[in-house]
Amino acid sequence: MMSRDTAVVADGLTKRFGDFVAVEDVSFEVSSGEIFGFLGPNGAGKTTTMKMLTGLLLPSAGGGSVAGFDIMTEAEAIKRNIGYMSQLFSLYADLTVDENIAFFARLYGVPVDRRRERRDWVVEMAGLDDQVDRLTGELPLGWKQRLALGCAVLHEPPILFLDEPTSGVDPISRRSFWDLIYELADRGTTVFVTTHYMEEAEYCNRLALMNRGQLIALDTPARLREGMEQPIFEIRVDSAPRAVAALQHAEGVVDAAMFGRELHVTLESDADAEERLRRHLDERGVSFSGLERITPALEDVFVARVRAAGGAPVD
Amino acid sequence: MLNRTRLLAVARKEVIQLRRDIRSLIMAFVLPVLLLVLFGYAISWDVQNIETGVLDRDGSARSRELIDAFRSSGYFDIRKQLEDEDEIDRLLDRGGVRIVLVIPTDFSRDVGAGRPARLQAIVDGSDANTATIALGYARAIVQSYSRNVLFQGERVTTPIESQTRVWYNEELLSRNMIVPGLVAVIMMIIAAMLTSLTIAREWERGTMEQLAATPVGRGEVVLGKLLPYVAIGLIDVVVVSVIGVVLFDVPFRGNAALLMILSTAFLIGALGLGIFISAVSRSQLLATQMAMILTFLPAFLLSGFMYAIEVMPTALEAITYLVPARYFLVVTRGIFLKGVGVEVLRVQGLLMIAFAVVGLAAAIRVFKKEIAR
Repeated sequence: MMSRDTAVVADGLTKRFGDFVAVEDVSFEVSSGEIFGFLGPNGAGKTTTMKMLTGLLLPSAGGGSVAGFDIMTEAEAIKRNIGYMSQLFSLYADLTVDENIAFFARLYGVPVDRRRERRDWVVEMAGLDDQVDRLTGELPLGWKQRLALGCAVLHEPPILFLDEPTSGVDPISRRSFWDLIYELADRGTTVFVTTHYMEEAEYCNRLALMNRGQLIALDTPARLREGMEQPIFEIRVDSAPRAVAALQHAEGVVDAAMFGRELHVTLESDADAEERLRRHLDERGVSFSGLERITPALEDVFVARVRAAGGAPVD
Repeated sequence: MLNRTRLLAVARKEVIQLRRDIRSLIMAFVLPVLLLVLFGYAISWDVQNIETGVLDRDGSARSRELIDAFRSSGYFDIRKQLEDEDEIDRLLDRGGVRIVLVIPTDFSRDVGAGRPARLQAIVDGSDANTATIALGYARAIVQSYSRNVLFQGERVTTPIESQTRVWYNEELLSRNMIVPGLVAVIMMIIAAMLTSLTIAREWERGTMEQLAATPVGRGEVVLGKLLPYVAIGLIDVVVVSVIGVVLFDVPFRGNAALLMILSTAFLIGALGLGIFISAVSRSQLLATQMAMILTFLPAFLLSGFMYAIEVMPTALEAITYLVPARYFLVVTRGIFLKGVGVEVLRVQGLLMIAFAVVGLAAAIRVFKKEIAR
């Protein structure tokens, strides 16, 4: 049952394109004011799910609601109550900053007497005070993204959908973009965001992991990490690539991946971990200088979960 | 339900974008004038000063009289007097002349004796149109010449005399046909080429998705985009008409307001078609190509602008009924040359309105489907 505080409901959402199932029976709820992250490899169905929720795509089966409106029958009402920022940069490059703001303010039905105030707010928020007469296409990507975010919330929607909003943006711009998201969330805006950046995933209140069109995990980042049963070790070796080759298909090893110069190795169990690892590495002549059990990073959880669910579709 | 604010927001945005897009501006305002001047000056179906060679074997007063008749008609430019038959081939091959008149040795004798005299005209048929017209002129000149010979310059009354008088385009000038026709063709270009880009561009740049996620409706997008182009189209109608009248002396006998009203109807349909193409193709390149094939070429070739519909093969003629420019051509020529009003252009007007409704509905409909893809 949907409570008053539920912003988004997905109930068995399914989307098929011909024989290909892009999204399969996905269900979840997002509470009001939550920052809800959608994490998954490319092609996992994140964007498709978001498009179904925002009324851009009709589900093949299942249903849901956004801001209390049915996604099957009330798409127009949903569009008045959400802000949406698509994956591609999607403002008009040949319009100035001000012209873009004015255009979207009119489309979103911002009342005439509020337009000036909202425009000033967006300009300030995006840090574009001196740039209002510049063509949007000439702005650096980070600024474009902030402007796009500003345009998506001109009408102060209760729910904001962001589809990989920071892809291709440098880390500093990404950071300042997330500051804005927090600011919006503080004011009670529900934020639904897809990403494939792990550090962004950490910023979310709750995370949904998607792979091959299915929801494979849903929890807070902390609980997702804790919930990982298989132990992870960080090991130091003289040659990480050779060590990966040696361990990847070794018995009792779930996964071995390079993390900088170190190796993260996921084992089936922690019994005799050091001894077993040393033996595998010795066989291949890799020298081994130490090991430490670590709390899994979100990426480890992600990789392990995706692997357990049959691997990423692209591999 | 259309929301006026949103519709105008789309129109305003489109105008700003158009203003900054030099390619569209050229297409909208330079191309029509260019086409008009090009067609007005360069293309003429009037045949004059046909390069002519003469092989006069007779060399008599009579044969010279006949040659003079050709010369003074203004249609034939006697470039070359030939000496023998071998030259004919060479001259025609090299394109030195288009027609060669051969007057046989016994020409004056036959004429004098009242026997039918023979005269040969050899025509370069590679340009069939000009060849036919040249032969027609030659026949007429020879006929009037033989009448003179027959009656020795006396005034005679033939039992039936036909007196032809051409209405509407008294001098039979092809530019009087071309200029009003161009108004129709140019409208089709504006409509097809300009609008074919407008929606495909939004798909290509990813802005369509953003639009789709806002409360703006399909009708608002399509009509909002249409509005500036209708304005451009009407400006072009005025510009082309004024240039036609001022520069090319084309008569304008009808009602300008009626021309504008019918142009608007035609434009809406044509623009709707352009937007339809744009929405279906989704890429600017494909859209331009489709627009060329589906609207531009038919407007040129199948509307009656270049080739008379009556002489087309039946199958092709059937297709012309689907070419809206065909109806608009009747309208522009009717208003320019004949000065006819609604009472005559009613049928064309209604067909164009029907086309506008269908075009617009198709554009909005396909657009709706595409967004939900």
